[in-house]
Amino acid sequence: MTQSSPVPRPGSVSGWVHSVETGGTVDGPGIRYVLFMSGCPLRCLYCHNPDTQHMHDGTRTTSAEVLDDIALYATFLQRAHGGLTLSGGEPLVQPEFTAAILRGAKALGLHTALDTSGFLGNHADDHLLEDVDLVLLDIKAFSEKTYRQLTGVPLRPTLEFAERLAGLNKRIWLRYVLVPNLTDGAAEIDGLAEFVAGLGVVDRVDVLPFHKMGEHKWKALGRKYMLTDTEPPSRELVERVRGQFQARGLRAD
Amino acid sequence: MDTLLMDGLAQATEQQSAADPWRGFAPGVWRRSVDVRDFIQRNLCPYEGDAGFVAGPTARTTALFAKVTDLLKQERAAKGGVLDADTEVFASITSHAAGYIDRELEVIVGLQTDKPLKRAIMPFGGWRMVKTGLEAYGYTPSPKLEEVFPVLRKTHNDGVFDVYTPEMLRCRKSGVITGLPDAYGRGRIIGDYRRLALYGADFLIKDKKAQLASLEVSRIDEDVLRLREEISEQIRALKELVQMAASYGFDVKRPAATGREAVQWTYLAYLAAVKEANGAAMSLGRVSSFLDIYIDRDLRDGVITEAEAQEMIDHFVMKLRLVRFLRTPEYDQLFSGDPTWVTECLGGMGLDGRTLVSKTNFRMLQTLHNLGPAPEPNLTVLWSEKLPDGFKRFCADTSIKTCSVQYESDDLMRGYWGDDYGIACCVSAMRIGKQMQFFGARANLAKTLMYAINGGKDEVSGEQVGPAFAPITGDVLDYDEVMARFEPMMEWLAKVYMNALNAIHYMHDKYMYERMEMALHDRDILRTMACGIAGLSVVADSLSAIKHAKVKVIRDANGLATDFEIDGDYPAFGNNDARVDDIAIWAVERFMTALRKQKPYRNAMPTQSVLTITSNVVYGKKTGNTPDGRKAGQPFAPGANPMHGRDKKGAIASMASVAKLPYAHAQDGISYTFTIVPGALGRTEDERVSNLVGMLDGYAAQGGHHINVNVFDRETLLHAMDHPELYPQLTIRVSGYAVNFIKLTREQQLDVISRTFHDKH
Repeated sequence: MTQSSPVPRPGSVSGWVHSVETGGTVDGPGIRYVLFMSGCPLRCLYCHNPDTQHMHDGTRTTSAEVLDDIALYATFLQRAHGGLTLSGGEPLVQPEFTAAILRGAKALGLHTALDTSGFLGNHADDHLLEDVDLVLLDIKAFSEKTYRQLTGVPLRPTLEFAERLAGLNKRIWLRYVLVPNLTDGAAEIDGLAEFVAGLGVVDRVDVLPFHKMGEHKWKALGRKYMLTDTEPPSRELVERVRGQFQARGLRAD
Repeated sequence: MDTLLMDGLAQATEQQSAADPWRGFAPGVWRRSVDVRDFIQRNLCPYEGDAGFVAGPTARTTALFAKVTDLLKQERAAKGGVLDADTEVFASITSHAAGYIDRELEVIVGLQTDKPLKRAIMPFGGWRMVKTGLEAYGYTPSPKLEEVFPVLRKTHNDGVFDVYTPEMLRCRKSGVITGLPDAYGRGRIIGDYRRLALYGADFLIKDKKAQLASLEVSRIDEDVLRLREEISEQIRALKELVQMAASYGFDVKRPAATGREAVQWTYLAYLAAVKEANGAAMSLGRVSSFLDIYIDRDLRDGVITEAEAQEMIDHFVMKLRLVRFLRTPEYDQLFSGDPTWVTECLGGMGLDGRTLVSKTNFRMLQTLHNLGPAPEPNLTVLWSEKLPDGFKRFCADTSIKTCSVQYESDDLMRGYWGDDYGIACCVSAMRIGKQMQFFGARANLAKTLMYAINGGKDEVSGEQVGPAFAPITGDVLDYDEVMARFEPMMEWLAKVYMNALNAIHYMHDKYMYERMEMALHDRDILRTMACGIAGLSVVADSLSAIKHAKVKVIRDANGLATDFEIDGDYPAFGNNDARVDDIAIWAVERFMTALRKQKPYRNAMPTQSVLTITSNVVYGKKTGNTPDGRKAGQPFAPGANPMHGRDKKGAIASMASVAKLPYAHAQDGISYTFTIVPGALGRTEDERVSNLVGMLDGYAAQGGHHINVNVFDRETLLHAMDHPELYPQLTIRVSGYAVNFIKLTREQQLDVISRTFHDKH
């Protein structure tokens, strides 16, 4: 992002970026340019990027600079059947910045994915969503109680966003982080699976086993990590949960 | 079923077909003159399908491989990893009687000596190397041989040291030029081993005699005399090849008539080469699609089954895995074990747009599944975006499971070398039978930068190695000032380097001419003088630090710049950042420009590679602190890789930086090693395959030349370091070739582990 002109161009929007991973393979189809944006309203107990929670901990840049860098990879990403994924943090903390990058990425002919918790779904207007090919929607729990305990915010906005996406026939990959003794309740997962299947736009469900690879970042930030004693889920548990989604006719591998 | 009866039938079929070995083949100029490419173009049946047809190992293959595995185990346990060595006779094509692993089981036969894994004496490169090698492993060379060398017979090594200048010796000692082939076989010559199968030795000898006659010219000068002598030697080698083949019961005077004979003939030609030439890299070329034409004919005629076709290739590959040379422990340390670089090329596209992928390309890859991963043969896929999808996926799947495949962009090379080139060693492309290279190891560009700063004095020894240009005396390095000194230092290095290579290859031609390999070449060939550079990313990052940050010089008591303090950040190579990538591009072009000013021996065309093999560790050891913040003794990055841990933007950014390096100015190849943990390549097996295919397509589309692909966990390697016995076949790819991980030195193992793993998520 540093080799482009510092002068903001017309239509360029300022924003905050945490980092870039150019070889992403698990955040959407094919090889992805993953832009981690800073700032997130959620405070998830298992957050593996706690260093992206505060917007101003990132680097200030412009959508034009970001797009100049993405453009360097456009050919590669197209050949590799991949594209751009906006992640974070929460991209919808900065909706104008996000919209400008998505618009530019579509102009480059790239497939676009938005990785979001959906909590700020109402920040995404229909114009923004027009430039999104795929939403990676994290529904972190399916009861208000668990959701709030885990994230510190209410669940309702996320479900409303999911329904709105379904109304727009926007494709979704659901992501569900499976934490033993926190998000492994069978009844809650059944409820989620039923809801998700009912949307009719969810192409796959990624059940992501909880891991502690972000723990060191909490320590570095001088914050207490609440899940130190929680172990990753067993293979059996992961298979059980995948099975619950599959039972509703969803693809979950 | 009665096996005797079966054998009888098979023999009868072979006798009948021998009368008309070319039956059913489309005619062309290849029938009148030696032209293997023409034969392939007219007869290859490209295969666009997937790997569904391939066969597993036969019972015979499994039984034979168990014996091979046992031999390899014994070899690993033997002193220095040498199971047996000859001490009496020096090797030639006919020096040893026929040897077998298990005659009843072997479908393809032939060994370098009379016993498997017994190493031969090849003294013409240098007697001292042989003697030291033998003694290091507990053998005593026969006193008869001591009488011959060097008193009665001078070697290549003796010749080179007779003519080396003091300046060359200084550069060699300091390590600013390292790995020169002045005491061992240069290798990197690929005989067109297919010629024996297609034409038989009688045809080839007749052709060589006609070449000799074409040199009855009016002015017989030194060039003509040398070539006449060489061709006479080539004819002699072909005759000895016939004799050696006869000892195994084959008449290779005539062309091969069946698939099995084509594999056997091709192997015997290769075997003759490795029986007397111990080149650093003894590559095979591009034989599998050629062999496919014969195997396909047999399959269509119903004389063999798919399982038998696979069996031939499995047995051929077992033989290639057993090729050995006698080296010294120091040599093995430099190259991590015992590499022979039996490089075989698969895939690629024809100039007419058809793919050259054949079913036998799949069968070659299948050997890695049937016999498990192994460094040899060095299977190299000539990648093109246009390759059939089924083949791409089978390559990626094999890579993920075995780490034993490397990729080179056919889309990039085809324009330079046509559609019948092979790869010698790791990354050196050459038209098969029409081109060879004079292997030139590499120059240490990072040390050269230090010489520029220190006025030609070596930063480790303090000796005046380079010309005594004015050193830099300021406390902070100034970019323009450094560049003004770096350029003339590169010019000086290019001159000494090229002159040293001229000395080496003059003597190699004189004392250790590769008559067998050259007998399988045309009369007039293109020769390249293949120079190389090491430490490219160190140089790029150093210059970037000097330009974009503040680099303070720390000097020792003698005023020598021995350390640096960096104030501020600088863009590092490997992040797709033009501010530093342009410096790397400049360094490649600038040194090549300096090399092009030199006059190489035998009118060779100068080229260079950005390749270190595993010598990045040794180069690092010999180089002091550098202005990029690298500490003295720390390894360089391998080949063209970014320095460890400095590529911060992920795999694609790293690849993009490397892909920018101009192949036009590094026609001997640009090596990049890519290591990724399985989870970072995708969630499911299917996604991993698709994503690896996507990465290879993307890298090639950006102009990348070569990429090694390793897919494994760091934990696996750490475990293998402590429990080598559990990982006899763990293979990993390092700059341009594959090695058995457990054969690396501990230092090299740690280097591999610390090297960039792309492991986000």
